[in-house]
Amino acid sequence: MTKVFVREIAGICPPAFFIFNQKGEVLISRLYRTDLRRSIADVFRIQVVSNNDVRSPIVTLGSTSFFHVRVNNVYVLAVTKSNVNAALVFEFCYRFTSIAKSYFGKLDEEAVKNNFVLIYELIDEILDFGYPQNSEIDALKMYITTEGVKSELAVREDSSKITSQATGNVSWRRSDVKYRKNEAFVDVVESVNLMMSAKGTILRADVDGQILMRAYLSGEPECKFGLNDKIVLEKSERGSAGDNAVELDDCQFHQCVRLTKFDTDRTISFIPPDGEFELMRYRSTTNINLPLRVQPVVTEHGRSRVEYTIAVRTTFNTKLSATDVVLRIPTPLNTTTVDVKCATGKGKYVPEENVIVWKIPRLQGGSECTLTAMAELTATTNRQPWARPPIDVDFQVLMFTASGLLVRFLKVFEKSNYNSVKWVRYLTKAAGSYQIRVGFRYFPFCILPLDRFTLNGSMPLWQSYTVACLGFNLQFLLNGFRSYLVRRRFEVTLLHR
Amino acid sequence: MMNVLGVGARAAPKKGENFELRADLNSEYRDRRKDAIKRVIANMTVGKDVSGLFPDVLKNMQTEDLEQKKLVYLYLMNYAKTQPELVILAVNTFVKDSDDSNPLVRALAIRTMGCLRAEKIIDYLSDPLAKALKDENPYVRKTGALCVAKLYDIKPELAIDNGFVSQLHELVADSNPMVVANAVTALSDIHISAIAQAAEGTAPDSRATFIISTTVLNKLLIALNECSEWGRVAILNCLARYKAQDDRESEHICERVMPQFQHANGSVVLTAVRVIMVHMRNVQREDLITQLVRKMAPPLVTLISAEPEVQWVALRNINLLLQKRPDILQNEMRVFFCKYNDPPYIKVEKLDIMIRLAGEKNVDTLLSELKEYASEVDVDFVRKSVKAIGQCAIKVDSSAERCVNVLLDLISTRVSYVVQEAVVVMKDIFRKYPDNYEAVIPTLCANLEELDEPEAKASLIWIIGEYADKIENADELLAIFVETFMDEAYQVQLQTLTAVVKLFLKKPDNAQGLVQRVLETATKDCESPDVRDRAYIYWRLLSTDPGAAKAVVLAHRPPISLPRTTVPAGVLEELLGEIGSLASVYHKPAETFVGRGRIGADALKRSTELDDETSVREKAFKTVAQGQKSENLLDFDEPEANGEGVRSSIMGGGLSSTSSGPAGIGAKAPISVLTSSNPLDDLVSIFGSSSLAVPTHSPSIPSPLAPFSVTPTAPKPQPPAQKDLLGIF
Repeated sequence: MTKVFVREIAGICPPAFFIFNQKGEVLISRLYRTDLRRSIADVFRIQVVSNNDVRSPIVTLGSTSFFHVRVNNVYVLAVTKSNVNAALVFEFCYRFTSIAKSYFGKLDEEAVKNNFVLIYELIDEILDFGYPQNSEIDALKMYITTEGVKSELAVREDSSKITSQATGNVSWRRSDVKYRKNEAFVDVVESVNLMMSAKGTILRADVDGQILMRAYLSGEPECKFGLNDKIVLEKSERGSAGDNAVELDDCQFHQCVRLTKFDTDRTISFIPPDGEFELMRYRSTTNINLPLRVQPVVTEHGRSRVEYTIAVRTTFNTKLSATDVVLRIPTPLNTTTVDVKCATGKGKYVPEENVIVWKIPRLQGGSECTLTAMAELTATTNRQPWARPPIDVDFQVLMFTASGLLVRFLKVFEKSNYNSVKWVRYLTKAAGSYQIRVGFRYFPFCILPLDRFTLNGSMPLWQSYTVACLGFNLQFLLNGFRSYLVRRRFEVTLLHR
Repeated sequence: MMNVLGVGARAAPKKGENFELRADLNSEYRDRRKDAIKRVIANMTVGKDVSGLFPDVLKNMQTEDLEQKKLVYLYLMNYAKTQPELVILAVNTFVKDSDDSNPLVRALAIRTMGCLRAEKIIDYLSDPLAKALKDENPYVRKTGALCVAKLYDIKPELAIDNGFVSQLHELVADSNPMVVANAVTALSDIHISAIAQAAEGTAPDSRATFIISTTVLNKLLIALNECSEWGRVAILNCLARYKAQDDRESEHICERVMPQFQHANGSVVLTAVRVIMVHMRNVQREDLITQLVRKMAPPLVTLISAEPEVQWVALRNINLLLQKRPDILQNEMRVFFCKYNDPPYIKVEKLDIMIRLAGEKNVDTLLSELKEYASEVDVDFVRKSVKAIGQCAIKVDSSAERCVNVLLDLISTRVSYVVQEAVVVMKDIFRKYPDNYEAVIPTLCANLEELDEPEAKASLIWIIGEYADKIENADELLAIFVETFMDEAYQVQLQTLTAVVKLFLKKPDNAQGLVQRVLETATKDCESPDVRDRAYIYWRLLSTDPGAAKAVVLAHRPPISLPRTTVPAGVLEELLGEIGSLASVYHKPAETFVGRGRIGADALKRSTELDDETSVREKAFKTVAQGQKSENLLDFDEPEANGEGVRSSIMGGGLSSTSSGPAGIGAKAPISVLTSSNPLDDLVSIFGSSSLAVPTHSPSIPSPLAPFSVTPTAPKPQPPAQKDLLGIF
């Protein structure tokens, strides 16, 4: 019998919540306990905002811990003096961010300043005494509205109905939803993560998938959802799962999905929230179809020139096409001019970022195109360190899933037994996560002892880094990190019942 | 009337912003008043003092407009503490609101009253709160539940005496899952405060503590599947605290909690992992354990693609989980490969985890990754990558040769910090595989001039000393360091000293002068007591019995290996019971970073914990010491001789609270040995004039091994130091 430690349980609440701007000024502050004072904000300003060598998202000074998340030009900060649930604090900070986004478009200093009354109202509703409360956007929008938000739900609701939704078993759904036409749209969105070595071996290829749903269904619809998931197919068809069955490593569901039911027989059943929501997230690592193959050939001619031949091949069906393909090909820091030639798309050298950007608006399936470039380098005495970034590829392919996942059915049962129309569409994309390393022979360091130069700032990555080194500043613009789904019109298929 | 009360009391400004605001607050137009309130709140937020407007703002409290009401409440919450006598004026409205027909208004009144934190208003809170806890509307009940916790925070006796806390216990059986969740939250909050308040030696008030009984357990398990994500975290928190009656119950809890792994919220997943790790201790069924471990892996991997901060928390916890169950993510090494654009704190964590996952099968891919990382620009990360290569070599025997080759590649880049780190790493490889890679030594020595960091220098000197008989010009090389002896850091001095003595013992002819010189400098001019004392010991050893000196200095050293854990076993168990919390992120028990505040560790507990920890530590040392024979115990100077004690405490970054302790003991040991056997001045007089060739016997030293007659104390510090040194990895 192992020894059980009798010890204090972890507290779970952040007793103070702030929003700061980049200068470290308080935009929003909300304190819940007496053990923290407002002056704590000054500590944060000095220790984190003005300190550019913060190497962790949690900073503990004395007994006070600061949890900070940076979004655009504001910091969302939770402060505590206890052993809080760190995962919960960060999840909450991000939930707040997404609520803010859905209320006023984006979260930045201007939006916070313009909507501070609303933000206070929201914080009071979602965080009571430091404990997170109902944070379902759908429910919140029923009773916290602004003139700015023209929600269709802004109609004066009977407040008891609101409260019953905010606390009920189905807190995510109103009971009186009515539609003339009952429809449900399912979007399968996959982001492909690829890491390929310079030799062309795949170090890592996996898919982070999202199934987004927009449900416009009346009443309390009971939904059943089916995928070509291998385990399910094997179960139902007695081991005769077809070749097109997909192995999912893990899935995570919206809180409306009955987890116990999924755990026992892998059926996904739920009563959906009204409108748009993320039904599930999944991960798949086996049999990933990489939609784009990139073959870089980089030849270094001495120390003065680098020759690039970059070939891109699409591997999917010729009826489909990849759109918004953008390749960012790194060039050495001492590049002076680059001569770019390509038949398809547009190639351009961007000196500020030390990359060749190759944009291809549309690329058909089964096709191949090539870019050749010659970079001229200056001779430098002390070579700057160069991080040798990988080639980064962004793209979107419609009606294609890299994992091979397909929606098999979506069944809707409702008391009134209405007919519903279901639509499904697929999208595979990559943004900042499709990386092919380049094998530059020439090692990127200077020969002089280069003792201590440090990477400044450890702020989340979607902002630019400044690397101070030997008096040079090199900017790495690491954009595209936070990918967002471009909502554009694309083909929609009717899901067979 | 109100104006007389509030404004008359202080000199009201005749102009300025507050003056205008006051005018607007008292305006006859509703829009204008509301707008003025908003401006007041805006000023309040940026830190301007608008407390003077208290009565004017208060007048706007009674309104149909819910938004305006909320704004006034917000103002009240901010200034209630500073204007307690004025808050009384608001009581009426609050009490009235708590009887409103609109549940939202009722809840709002209760919520705000609890937040006012003014003693005066608290006395008026009891009646509305009692009603709220019995309200027919669950929204009001759940708000009331948290309000009890707020009340307890301000006036504990009131919350207990009025029966609010016991009412909370009833609410745990509520039909609404959200109410259950908040009741549980409030009870836990009160429980924590009660324990913290009892710190001064008294037992916590039993009425305030929250003991989870079997009936409560079942209610929690039911509510778990129905309540909101945050509620689930609160309930899971309690489940982790529950002491299962028997194996069956533990199994039952595990089975019921397992589905939560599929939740989209990362904190629910991690807290569920915590519950499973706690209750798995009692599970006997092997098949269930395998199933639990198998099901735990995928959601953990999924967290690696979450937002960077959540990812970081997950990585720190995975690191902890792997120390307990190394098999959990066996085949998942690839997901931990660093992306080019990962934040630095994520990369470092991933590196650590990859080493934990390294094995025969994946070591090749890992090595080529590490080589790739070693060419990045972030110095800190590059160093850690090089270090990781060494750890790889030590962990996976068959990969050692490949690791050495990669290191040689890296050394050939001649990038200063890469070379220095590689030298340090090579030393560790020599310690593990003493006779295999001597061919590398010339390459290492070729870089001697470029080393400027004490650790790298010390490592290279150690290598030279260790292989002095095989390096032809070892005396020349060491002479360089003896030359600059006084300018070097202590750890380099210590190493130089030891290396020269080793050289002398192996090749007496070449090094006679050198050893004389270094011992003289070290004993006469050196400031560090450690260096001086070691020099004395060597000197005496050499002068009395070179044979004994050989046995001591050139003793066989046990090869090093990577420890499975970075924290003592007891602490590890405890941290696993707190997965997801700040303690598990820091890999440190909460008391080390939480003050003696609300949740601060109390004195009484602290003492018992200390006992716990020391016993655990001792146990850990015993295990390390096992298999080490007495000859190793004589070798007590070796471990810290490498300067590793110092290094590890730097490495640990203070994260491992135990690392500095043993190192300190280790350093002190030789001093106590000497002073207890003979006074220092005695030694000076003996050695001041003595030559090495003539062994002189002082009456105070009966036998050549005199210093070691007291060594029974020495072995004790030795294992900690040894352990410490392993702790680096």
